[in-house]
Amino acid sequence: MSTATMTPEARTIPAGRGHAFVGTGTMIRFMLRRDRIRIPVWILGLTAYTTGALSSYEQNYPEASDRETIADMADLPAMVAMVGNNYAPDEPYTHGLMFGHVTFLIVGVIFALMGVLLFIRHTRAEEEAGRAELIRSSVLGRHAQTTAALIVVCGTALVAGLLVSMSVGASGVDGVTMGGAYLYGMGLGLIGVVFATVAAVTAQITEYARGASGMALAVLGAAYAVRSVGDVGENFLSWLSPLHWARETRPFSDDQRAWPLLLLVVLAAVLIVVAGRLSDKRDVGAGLRPPRLGSATASPLLSSPLGLAVRLQRSSVIAWAVGLAVFGAFYGALISAADEMFDQISALEDMWAFEGASFADRWIVSFIGMLGVLAAVPAILAVQRLRSEETAGRAEPVLATAVSQTRWAASHLTVALAGSAGVIVIGGFGFGIAAAIDGRDIGYLGDSVAAAAVFIPAIWVAVGLAVALYGLVPRALGLAWIIPVYGFLVVYLGDLFGVDQSAHNLSPFGHVPELPAEDLEIAPLLIMAVIAAVLILAGLAGFRRRDLHST
Amino acid sequence: MTTAIDVTGVVKTFGQTRALNGLNLHVEQGEIHGFLGPNGAGKSTTIRILLGLLKADSGEASLLGGDPWRDAVHLHRRLAYVPGDVDLWPNLTGGEAIDLLGRLRGGLDPDRRRRLIERFDLDPTKKGRTYSKGNRQKVAIVAALASNVELLIMDEPTAGLDPLMETVFQDFIAEAKAEGTTVLLSSHILAQVEKLCDTISIIRQGEVVQSGSLEEMRHLTRTTVQAEISEAAGALESMDGVHDFRQEDGRVTFAVDGSHLDGAVRQLSQLGVRSLVAHPPTLEELMLRHYGDELGNGESAHVDPHGATGPGAN
Repeated sequence: MSTATMTPEARTIPAGRGHAFVGTGTMIRFMLRRDRIRIPVWILGLTAYTTGALSSYEQNYPEASDRETIADMADLPAMVAMVGNNYAPDEPYTHGLMFGHVTFLIVGVIFALMGVLLFIRHTRAEEEAGRAELIRSSVLGRHAQTTAALIVVCGTALVAGLLVSMSVGASGVDGVTMGGAYLYGMGLGLIGVVFATVAAVTAQITEYARGASGMALAVLGAAYAVRSVGDVGENFLSWLSPLHWARETRPFSDDQRAWPLLLLVVLAAVLIVVAGRLSDKRDVGAGLRPPRLGSATASPLLSSPLGLAVRLQRSSVIAWAVGLAVFGAFYGALISAADEMFDQISALEDMWAFEGASFADRWIVSFIGMLGVLAAVPAILAVQRLRSEETAGRAEPVLATAVSQTRWAASHLTVALAGSAGVIVIGGFGFGIAAAIDGRDIGYLGDSVAAAAVFIPAIWVAVGLAVALYGLVPRALGLAWIIPVYGFLVVYLGDLFGVDQSAHNLSPFGHVPELPAEDLEIAPLLIMAVIAAVLILAGLAGFRRRDLHST
Repeated sequence: MTTAIDVTGVVKTFGQTRALNGLNLHVEQGEIHGFLGPNGAGKSTTIRILLGLLKADSGEASLLGGDPWRDAVHLHRRLAYVPGDVDLWPNLTGGEAIDLLGRLRGGLDPDRRRRLIERFDLDPTKKGRTYSKGNRQKVAIVAALASNVELLIMDEPTAGLDPLMETVFQDFIAEAKAEGTTVLLSSHILAQVEKLCDTISIIRQGEVVQSGSLEEMRHLTRTTVQAEISEAAGALESMDGVHDFRQEDGRVTFAVDGSHLDGAVRQLSQLGVRSLVAHPPTLEELMLRHYGDELGNGESAHVDPHGATGPGAN
């Protein structure tokens, strides 16, 4: 009976399993239409960033001796933890090898992020908004949306990988081969594919887009951290991470090989099957975990806008704090292993000026810096909650009670400010406690927490920008992500990618005193706090003056 | 003060769209005022201006003697609002949402809360995401009615409720009226407004086109009667209160005022009725008949053909 309503092409699909995929083609066209700007921006951005790094290497390190210095520096444990081992230590350090060694993992993480974010955007986020229900009630198979999203997202990742391969391969830079370029680009593309399928699995487990992308990103964080531990300790742990597999093609080395890419393909296939099985077990809109009943009355905590904001955001803030503490602990626990490794290459000490700071201090600066940039993410998410409450129409009934616009916005803002401060300090604490235990020096704990705490004003500038955008140009709220993205790509990783030092000054993260390697400077912290306050006040004033948006 | 809501010449535009075009609305204290208009006429925009959620471009609006934009917080202690499309927090239970909204307004009556939950047959322990549309609506209605307020503003509050629950709703509104509460009730269903309201304003394309008591609006409550009869219609056509009389091949169609329905039916019953259909005019019919509106969207100006065929097609 349903055959009567099917399209002619659908009718040719054999009955039974085929029905589940009806309409996949239409969904693919719909998703491409929806993301006609977003997808090209991802693809071109990734290609430009990667190719740009390669050409900056050629300009900045023309001589073999320059590159050998970088190769030695890259043997530092902090660098190994960050970018991975030099997989061809006995070969001359060509531009190509340097590029493969230093940039692959980082760009791989960005490909993985793209895979997760794009996939969740087209599946769970749609289901949560109730739009999927509308679409699925038309002639559309049960698996069509997931399948279409996988095809679109994996296609995007592979096209981006291919473009990277071609532009890198065509660069003619010394040491770059076409074969190496394809291994490099396809390895990246397949990382994107694998993490899109990870998201396909997590999307079945929880009902919320935020939860599903959070879980998938936690898997990414774990994959990155596990291989850090493996690379620094030079043990099997690296092989637990798909990020490492892709890098094991060893692009631009003499013994580059393609077989590790097969591992990624197999893993992606397994995850797709798992996602399909899980999806068969659940209803549209529901997760695998059934909803529970709750309290019939509200606790006294739930009697103010702040109480509501805390209630809505607490689990997310706690998850970020725990995540950063665990992530930090990974790197804190490496502090003595890193120290030993450093001793073995003591020649570096003369060559690499540390300006009086101990090696452990540099280690702390390096990884607390990463936590600091990451902590800006929950800060911005907390401000975005204002926007989602507003557009979903949940702000309206609250603002129709005796709660002013400013007080309502200030409630979520308080969560953003206090929550992000808590997240970075707890992250620093996780790092510090692991370092203190590993290095048998309780002083590391205080150093780490202090190094983390000085990031608070910079993170608050990100909150300020988000609030200002929310109050004045709410449609552009997404622009606030520029602060953590720029902080990560330019300030944190900029040296690796040959970004000019002056570009650091544009980011609040470029002005954070590098405790404990440097002295504490109060002035930049105060200036950033003032900037944050001005932005917040501007945003609140704008919000009070503008109309509430609703559906 | 005897005026609860006083709006004069309010204009509100969203980009190119002129949502309110010099709207006037007047609601006395203690009355139940029906705010009637088709979808997209500007009902929700008016309500959001009254709640201080939107700022009017020009014109005067006053609510309980205050300025809805400037005195929002102060005024909101004295009113409760039910939105037309209720979205609850997915991980808060209905009971928690009711308490939260009540407390933010300054407290609710626990006894009335219990009674409302019971009468509306609402399970307050379910999480917001598991409620159906009707149940989400009930949560908002309970939260509003459980508070002791002077003014209730309700934007199509019963959309999604079944008829049984609509009756419960009407009982509670009657109770609120007995306590002297003013109610602004927006709706696009004429029959609902008729049952509850003392006075009515009809809004169309951002303007109130008619306003007054139900009595003054009697012509709006004419019942349309269609019957097949075996005898000549005779005196029916010229009876008091009978309008728009038409007859062909033993079928008669006419509209009759509510106060003359009894007489018309008596007369009709003498004529050998073989079939009988009677229904109140729909809002769309009213708009067509009284304001020369077109069905569907705004711009096409084919008023006459629609006006002629629209009601007859029923």
